[in-house]
Amino acid sequence: MPRRSSLSLRQQDARTAWLLVTPALVIILGVMLWPIVYTFILSFFNAPTGLNQVRTFIWLGNYIAMIKDPEFWDTIKRTLYFTIVSVVLEMAMGLGVAQLINSHPWGWKFLRFALIVPWAVPTIVNGAMWRWIYSADFGALNGLLMQFGLIKHYVPWLTFPNLAMPLVILADAWHTMPFVALILQAALAALPEELDEAAAVDGANAFQRFWSIRLPLLRPAILVALIARTVEAFRVFDIVYIITSGGPANSTLTITFFTYLNSFPWGKQGVGAALSFLISIFTISMALIFIRVLYRPEETQ
Amino acid sequence: MRTMNKFLMGLLTTILVFSVVGCGAKKTGPVTIHILTMDQAGLKPAEIDQIARDFEAANPDIKVNMEYVGYDYVHDKIVTGMAATPPAYDAAMIDVIWPDEFIKNGYLLDVTSRVTADMKSGMFPASWNGVTRNGKIYGMPWLMDVKYFMYNKDMLQKAGISAPPKTWEDLVADATIIKQKGIAEFPIIWSWNQKEGVVCDFTALLFGNGGAFLDASGAPVFNNDKGVQILTWMKQTLDAGLSNPSSVSSDENAVEADFLAGKSAFAVNWLFQYSDSQDASKSQIVGQAAFAPMPVFAAGAAAGIVSASVDGSSSFAIMATTPYADQTWKFLTYLASNAVQTKYSAEMLPVWQSDFTGSALATLEAATPINPVTVPAFLAQFPYANERPTVPYYNEGSADLQLAIQQALTGVKSPKDALDAAAAAWVALAAK
Amino acid sequence: MIPYRRYLRKLLLFLLTLPVFFFIFFPILWLFSASLSTQAELYSIPIHWIPQHPTLTNYLQIIFPSQAISSVPRAFAVAIWNSVKIASAVTVICILVGSLAAYALVRIPFKFNRSIQLGIIATRMIPEVSLILPLFIIASSLQLINKPVILIVAYMSFALPYAIWLMVAYFQTVPIELEDAARMDGCSRLGILFRIIMPVSVPGLVSTAMFVFLLAWDEFFYALIFTSTLASKTAPVAIAEFVGRYAVNITGMMAGGILAALPPIILAFIFQRYIVSGMTAGAVKG
Repeated sequence: MPRRSSLSLRQQDARTAWLLVTPALVIILGVMLWPIVYTFILSFFNAPTGLNQVRTFIWLGNYIAMIKDPEFWDTIKRTLYFTIVSVVLEMAMGLGVAQLINSHPWGWKFLRFALIVPWAVPTIVNGAMWRWIYSADFGALNGLLMQFGLIKHYVPWLTFPNLAMPLVILADAWHTMPFVALILQAALAALPEELDEAAAVDGANAFQRFWSIRLPLLRPAILVALIARTVEAFRVFDIVYIITSGGPANSTLTITFFTYLNSFPWGKQGVGAALSFLISIFTISMALIFIRVLYRPEETQ
Repeated sequence: MRTMNKFLMGLLTTILVFSVVGCGAKKTGPVTIHILTMDQAGLKPAEIDQIARDFEAANPDIKVNMEYVGYDYVHDKIVTGMAATPPAYDAAMIDVIWPDEFIKNGYLLDVTSRVTADMKSGMFPASWNGVTRNGKIYGMPWLMDVKYFMYNKDMLQKAGISAPPKTWEDLVADATIIKQKGIAEFPIIWSWNQKEGVVCDFTALLFGNGGAFLDASGAPVFNNDKGVQILTWMKQTLDAGLSNPSSVSSDENAVEADFLAGKSAFAVNWLFQYSDSQDASKSQIVGQAAFAPMPVFAAGAAAGIVSASVDGSSSFAIMATTPYADQTWKFLTYLASNAVQTKYSAEMLPVWQSDFTGSALATLEAATPINPVTVPAFLAQFPYANERPTVPYYNEGSADLQLAIQQALTGVKSPKDALDAAAAAWVALAAK
Repeated sequence: MIPYRRYLRKLLLFLLTLPVFFFIFFPILWLFSASLSTQAELYSIPIHWIPQHPTLTNYLQIIFPSQAISSVPRAFAVAIWNSVKIASAVTVICILVGSLAAYALVRIPFKFNRSIQLGIIATRMIPEVSLILPLFIIASSLQLINKPVILIVAYMSFALPYAIWLMVAYFQTVPIELEDAARMDGCSRLGILFRIIMPVSVPGLVSTAMFVFLLAWDEFFYALIFTSTLASKTAPVAIAEFVGRYAVNITGMMAGGILAALPPIILAFIFQRYIVSGMTAGAVKG
């Protein structure tokens, strides 16, 4: 073919691409652009809430104040703790459940459908429900443990700073594990059976087949789930808001909740804006690291 | 190809429709005022709606649009509402701890000139505390509330205690007896979770010890001996198993749950706990709850303090940037008027003193089955309602204090260290 | 495999599913049981796993608003309906608009492809909490407060990037051989998209739709700030209101929670066939 037509084919392609992409870009930019710019600019100001407040330009003042603030770093540490434990738990449970479903035990169709239920429960109901389960005097957790004879006394779970975070993580994991399980299960189901059978014929046992063959092929799906969940976990807000409001003794105060506190009740919008961008920097870096480390184009068979 | 073109046209139309739909038509006709109030506080929304309809009937050129949200969210909605021009709300119900912050932000309209002498003298003087700063008035009183000390009559009887405690020290003694006799495992329940509730309890205890939050110059003094004493006392009651350990994660609703299940003998809470205690669908202790004046510490009693509680009232304030100040004030006046208040006095105690005297008092007490108990309790306790600090940085300062108290109660820090840290934070906040 | 070993394996797998079922259902069943109790019974010790005096009052108050004592249950049915409308609208638009963009980003190597993809992911990184004030200012200047449209638009800001990202991942698994054959026949890009890719991708689109629907259904904070009139509230906001300042209607909240979880569950049930069918068969064997 003469070069001319392949060039115009590429141009045609590009034009089609723009046609397809533009509606989405219009919506996203239309809604987000000004708020993001506004917040970005605001982060360089000392901007207390209020109508007659003077906004003074302090360049990197907010950012520096945050970086110097030990409370900020404590909050980041806590958020990382939440993120890592939560994501590991969800990925492990999700993978396990996905594999379980994929092995088609009795009732596997019902199990797959049942996964929707925890996920369908709105976050606020999930928070309220777990808060009730953990209730010191009337909660189901205490009731259950008592009936199994594991505790002699009702325990006020949420009053211990060291226990509060794991309990919030459990509540969050219950709610989001289905998301991971469903993605991974769909990917597992799409894997060709022949590979597995061939490996079985070659003498590999179940565990070897899972680890060396299926897992690598799942990489793209795992990556999607991992990035999605990590970013969401780092930005967790609703569930902390409802179960513990950051307590006891700030032990569940995560970075987005800290941002909320600064922007709204404490009226320091400049600081809130700066925190938002610091959070974004963290999450973008995490996503990029994941992509760098884990993303590889289609594994050849 | 044709189907695809149609599809794309459909898509573009959708987007265009979006951009057009945003342009709402300008409204003409009667003025509409928007008022934000708290759900489940005082009158029921159906009743307030009815008041609004009655008002509209009498004032055909004003339409009233009420919005109801939970207490936890009102503050945020006011802040966002005020970011818009014109503001999203013309008036809002504000908690007693918000005026300073809102005045500093320029949110509230000064209505001193609009308040008549009649209103000032007619309503409870203490009810104006929530909205008066530096001699200027910024709102209309609405719901008066104070924290009450409630106890379970039957439990005290079983323990052989003839009268409710007058001092906190007596309370500890009584609670110990109740615990020893096995009547209640944890006789006292508090709302000490990391929210405003713990500061309310702290306020009652602090003033009951003759302490204060700030001194005359505005510097924090809650970390002096008196403050440290009460925080230590709080921790001691937890350690001794007299205060329920779950108090550290309980809010006022959890306190009610505990008390109404008959698990505690003493509970400090707002008025709603009593009405609920008489409701068989919610309570297992119907007829057993009773009021007593909020105790004080022996030191406070020696200094002449009779009782000390904390003010938790709410009032209506007009937003400074509203274009409809006159109409809004008209409605608020109507809402707070004696006629309306007495009509609904079964649901909410009126703000007019006249309703508490003479024949009006008899009518008031007869209005509901529980009023004969709650009205005298209110009259006895409300005069001793103390205010939390009226500083503009209160929200953030309160958060620091909540953290300090929680750290002391969970043993992370000593009471002295925790309060000192909070005091230092307050000093830094005041300097900004 | 020897028959009895196969049976043993099936049994073992089934036994493994039991703790999973327990983990999934225990909290929900407890929630359901609580929604059938009175408040007094909920506070009883020891715990009543099944209410001794079950009552439907909590549900009745919501479903038949005139019986309700307080206004919160009355508004609830409206709130659920609002959530349905808003989540559906968001889902439909995101799938329509997002699938087009996702296809282009996956298949067409045009100039800004990479940067657009990164940009879309980046927009999801900013916490919603911080964007709410400027969004509110825009919304109120357009007089859109308390109108469902504003929530649809606001949700688009995080739902659309999410949808695009999921569909990009999905389209990457659609084998390119399908298209190569069609291109050989002289079909244009758009033709391939609509006549070949879309039909094959229905399951992927449906599952993305499910994700987006749940995302929009779940959202709390924006809904709280942007809507507060009875007519415009969404389900999560209505549930938050069962907790008042001086009162909490906990059993009402449980009942509301169950009802609020029903629409997504029903939708999942209806569409589960699609979500599953093609993903296993069509994409690979098609």
